[in-house]
Amino acid sequence: MNDLSLHIIDIIQNSLSAGASLIKLTVEESTVEDSLVIEIEDNGKGMTQEQVSRLDDPFFTSRTTRRVGMGIPLFRQSAQQSGGDLIVSSSPGLGTKVRATFINSHLDRPPLGDVANSLILMVSANPDIDFFFRYSFNGNEYTFDTVEVKDVLEGLPLNDPSVIRMLTGMVDANISDLRGEL
Amino acid sequence: MNKIKSLDDLRKMKQSLEHGMNIREKSNSPESLVQIRVAMATCGIAAGARTIMNTLIEKIEKEKIPAVVTQGGCMGYCYAEPTLEVRVPGKDPVVFGNVDTQVAIDILDKYVLNGELLDGIIPTNYLTINEQK
Repeated sequence: MNDLSLHIIDIIQNSLSAGASLIKLTVEESTVEDSLVIEIEDNGKGMTQEQVSRLDDPFFTSRTTRRVGMGIPLFRQSAQQSGGDLIVSSSPGLGTKVRATFINSHLDRPPLGDVANSLILMVSANPDIDFFFRYSFNGNEYTFDTVEVKDVLEGLPLNDPSVIRMLTGMVDANISDLRGEL
Repeated sequence: MNKIKSLDDLRKMKQSLEHGMNIREKSNSPESLVQIRVAMATCGIAAGARTIMNTLIEKIEKEKIPAVVTQGGCMGYCYAEPTLEVRVPGKDPVVFGNVDTQVAIDILDKYVLNGELLDGIIPTNYLTINEQK
C-alpha cells in the first residue's frame, strides 16, 4: 500500500463484504496536536470478540474463506510505525469501527494520498450504499453525505463518469481548502 | 469550468451533467450496459486496482462507452492482480488478469467495443471462491 487512502479503500471493502448499507469515513488531521486519525465505521454484520482478536494474526485465516487477511495487519503496521495504533471495535449484528491513529509529523507516516478519489470511487462503485464522509483539519470540517448528494442529483446515476469527475473535484476542492492548499 | 464546491454548485451543474450523460438513457435498463468489476481486495489495491479504475472511468467518459465500473472483492486470483471481470450483456463473464493501464484500455477498445478476445484471460469458465463447493 503506497498511501493511506488505499488502506481506506481496503477497509471499506471489508465493510461492503460485511453487508453494510451505511459507511462512515472520518479523517481528522491536526497540525496543532500533531495527530492524524482515520476512522471507518459501518453497520455491517459485525464480529464477535473472538473474531476481532484473530485480526491480529494476518495468517490465521485459511485462504479459502478469505474472511480476513492482510488488510487490517497492514493498516495497523502503517499506524504503529507512525507512533500510533489501530483499534477495531465490533459487535455482532451492529457493525464495526476501525480507528487508526498516527503521529502526523512522524517520518514513517505514509502520505494520506488522494482521499477524494478513494471515496468517490467507492461511492460510484456502490451506488446503493450510503456513505458519510467527514474531513477535519485543525478543527475546521467538511462533510459529504451521499443522501444529500443523491437528493441534489435527483436520479442522475452516481456511477456516470461525469458525475464521478465532478464529485471528486468537489470533495478534493474542499479538502484542499481546509488544508490551506492553493 | 467553475469549481464546484457546494451542493448548490452541484445543483447548478446538473443540467450540463444531464446533457453530457451517456448512461442515463440506459440506466432504466442496466442489463444493457457492460459491467466491469474491478477486484478491490487488499491484493488488488496493492497491485494498482485504483489506477485501473480511474483509467477505465476516464476513458468511458471520454468515449461515451456504454459501461459501468463496479467493485468486487478478492476472487482468489491474487497472483494475477489487478483483475477485471467484464460482463458484456448476453455473454458469459470474462476475467482478465495482470491488467495494467494499457491492458485496461485494450480491454475497452478491443473486447468491450469490438468483441475481440485478448491475452490474459484467466479461466474461461470459472467459479469465484464463494461460488465453489
